[in-house]
Amino acid sequence: MRLSDLPKGAPAVVDRVDDAHAADPIAQRLRDLGFVDGEPVRVVAIGPVGADPLLIQIGSTRFALRRTEAARVTVRQEAA
Amino acid sequence: MSATALRIALVGNPNCGKTALFNLLTGGRQKVANYAGVTIERKEGRFTTPSGRVLQILDLPGTYSFDANSPDEQITRDVLEGNYPGEAAPDLIVCVADATNLRLHLRFVLEVKRLGRPVVLALNMMDAARRRGIVIDVPELQRRLGIPVVETVAVKRGGAAALVERVDGDMPVAAAASLDDGPSRANLHVQVRELLAATVSMPRQTAELDDALDRWALHPVFGLLILGVVMFLVFQAVYAAGKPMTDLIGDGFGWLGDHAAASLPVGPIKSLVVDGLFGGIGTVIGFLPEILVLFFFILLLEESGYLPRAAFLLDRLMMSVGLTGRSFIPLLSSFACAIPGIMGTRSIQDPRDRLATILVAPLMTCSARLPVYALLIGAFIPMHHVLGIFNLQGLVLFALYAAGILGAMAVGWVIKRIHRDKSEHALLMELPSYRMPKPRDIAIGLWERASIFLKRLTGVILALTIIMWAISTFPGPPAGATGPAIDYSIAGYMGHYLQYIFAPLGFNWQISLSLIPAFAARETAVAALATVYAVGGDSDTVGLAHALAANFSVASALSLMVWFAFAPQCMSTLAVIRRETHSWRNVAISFGYMFVVAYVASLLTYQIARLFA
Ligand SMILES: Nc1nc2c(ncn2[C@@H]2O[C@H](COP(=O)(O)OP(=O)(O)OP(=O)(O)O)[C@@H](O)[C@H]2O)c(=O)[nH]1
Ligand SMILES: [Mg+2]
Repeated sequence: MRLSDLPKGAPAVVDRVDDAHAADPIAQRLRDLGFVDGEPVRVVAIGPVGADPLLIQIGSTRFALRRTEAARVTVRQEAA
Repeated sequence: MSATALRIALVGNPNCGKTALFNLLTGGRQKVANYAGVTIERKEGRFTTPSGRVLQILDLPGTYSFDANSPDEQITRDVLEGNYPGEAAPDLIVCVADATNLRLHLRFVLEVKRLGRPVVLALNMMDAARRRGIVIDVPELQRRLGIPVVETVAVKRGGAAALVERVDGDMPVAAAASLDDGPSRANLHVQVRELLAATVSMPRQTAELDDALDRWALHPVFGLLILGVVMFLVFQAVYAAGKPMTDLIGDGFGWLGDHAAASLPVGPIKSLVVDGLFGGIGTVIGFLPEILVLFFFILLLEESGYLPRAAFLLDRLMMSVGLTGRSFIPLLSSFACAIPGIMGTRSIQDPRDRLATILVAPLMTCSARLPVYALLIGAFIPMHHVLGIFNLQGLVLFALYAAGILGAMAVGWVIKRIHRDKSEHALLMELPSYRMPKPRDIAIGLWERASIFLKRLTGVILALTIIMWAISTFPGPPAGATGPAIDYSIAGYMGHYLQYIFAPLGFNWQISLSLIPAFAARETAVAALATVYAVGGDSDTVGLAHALAANFSVASALSLMVWFAFAPQCMSTLAVIRRETHSWRNVAISFGYMFVVAYVASLLTYQIARLFA
C-alpha cells in the first residue's frame, strides 16, 4: 500500500521508497530522512484543502509531505 | 587571521540548536528560531577557552545529508569538505544533534564521521530530553561511535560547559575514514537503529504536548480558524497598542521642538532644526512602537514553532498560486522587511518556487511602510468601532495588508501561467516541537530591531531629510515674488514637474515629491512630507496629520495608501534581488511589474473613491 493511501492514525511500517523517475532526488531525500524498510510510520494530520499535504510521523519526527511525495513510499499495515 | 586559532565548525540537522550554541559560545546575536532553515549563511565568531586557547567558531546552515539540495545546504557541505572558496576544512567538527530526535539526527552524525576528520558529538536539548523522560547512555554511545560525546543545553547559561571542557582538552582523535560509499551509506540507518537500541530509552516517540496542540492547530477547520484569528489579532494589536505610544512620543517631540524653536534665533538653522529634525525625524521615530509590537508577535510566532504549522495549512492554497508552503516563512518575515525575507528563500529547494517567492515578497507590507499607513489612517480614517469590538482604523490597516497578500497571490498565479513546467515541486518540510518563547530572547530580539531602526533613522533617513529640507528651502523666492516661498525652491519645481505623472492618482506635488526619498527608505516619505509642509508653513512640528487632512482629500489618501501597498520596493530590496538571483533581469521585472500594478491600482482607487466622495 502507498503511504498516501494510508488512513489517518493507522500504524504501518515502511517497506521501500520507489524512484518516480531515474535518479529521483525526492526519493533519495526521503530515504535519507529515514524512510527505510521496517521504520514505523503514521499519518497524523491531513491538510485542509484537497486533503493535501499529509503530516507524517516517522520516529520522533513529523514531516509534511505532499501526496505525490508520499506516493513514493510503500508501507505495510500492521495487523491490528 | 592568527594561524594558531583552532577552527571549529558547528554542523547538524536543521533546528537542532547550532546557532543557539554558537551564540552561547561567542556571545553572538545570530538569529535563532524554531523552524528548519533559519541560518542560511556561514557565520563566524571567536571564543577564548578558560585556558586561553583561541577558537574560531563557524555556524553553518543545517542539513539533513551531504546530498545537498538547496543553496544553503551546499555551503555546509563545501565548508566541511574543504571546498569553500578561500577556506581550508575545519580542524574540528562539532556535530550537534537534538537529543529528543536521535533517530533522525544520528544518521547525519554517522555521515559526518565518515569524512574521517576529528568530530565531537554535542547532544543538545538535553533539558527537553530529560523533561520527556528520555535516558541516553552517553558512555556507551561514545564507545560505540568512537568519538567524544558531550551533553549541552544551548539555551541555558553555562549549558555548553561540557563541550568547552572537551575542546579545551586534548584534540579528539580523528574517527577512521571509511571510503566505500555506496553500501555503507544505505547501511547508516541500520547502524542508527542498533545504536538507539543499545543506548537510548524513550518512554514516548513524541512529546504529549505537541500531539495535543497539533490536534487543534492542524485540524482542517479549527486549524484554519485559529490561523485567521492569530493573524487578525496581530494587526489589530499593532494598531491598538502602538497608537497611544506613538501619540505620546509625538507630543514629546512637539514639546522639544517648541523649546528648540523658542531658544534659536530665526534663520536657516532654526528652520533646519525645527522643520527638518523635529518635524521630519520626530514624526518617523513616533512609529517605533508600532514596529516593535509587530516584531514582538513575529518573534513570538517564530520561536513557538507555529510557523511551519501555518505553512502546512496553507501549502495547498499557496501551491495553487504558484508558491509553496515553504514560501510562507520567508513571506511572513517580509512583513518585517523584504530583505531577510528574500534571503530566507534560500531554504526553498525548487528554483521556480524560489524565484516566485522572491518576486512577490516585496508585496508583503514591510514595517517601513507602517509609518506611512499609520500617519494616513490617523489623519483620514475616523476612530469608529465596527460591530462593537473592531476599530475601523485597525480594519483599514488589515485591509492594506490583505491587499498586499492578494496582490502576491495574483502575481504568483500569473508567474505560474507564464512559467509553465511539468516538473514536480517538493515540500518535504519538518515540523518542530512547540517551545515556550523565553522573555529574554524576545527582549533581545526587540532591542536588536529597535537599534536597527534607530540606526536607519540617524543614517539614511536623517540624511535624506536634511536634503529634503535643503531643496525645499533653497533657492529662496526672488524679490517681489507673490506665491508661497516653497514654490520657488528646487523641491517646488521638482514636485510640480512630478505631479504631471501622479496627478491622475490624486497626488498633490508635495506627495509626488516625497515618493523620491521613499525609494531609498519608505519611512522617509513621512519625514519628507513633514518637512515640506513645515517649511511651507502649513504645519507646526507635530501637526502633520492636520496639515494633510486640510490639504488632501480622503480619495487621495486612499490612493496613496494603495500606492504604498504595491509600489516598487526600496533600493536595498532591489539590490538583494540582484544578489540572490544573480540577474538584473529579475530586478527589472520586479520593479516594472510593481510600478504598473501600483499605478493602475491607485488610479482606480482614486477615481472610484472620488465618485463616492
Ligand atoms: N529547550 C531547548 N531548546 C533549544 C536548545 N537549543 C536550541 N533550542 C531551541 O531550538 C530552536 C532552534 O535553535 P537554532 O539555534 O535556531 O537551531 P539551528 O540548528 O541553528 O537551526 P538552523 O539554522 O535552522 O539549522 C530554537 O527555538 C531554540 O530556542 C536547548 O538546548 N534546549
Ligand atoms: Mg542556525
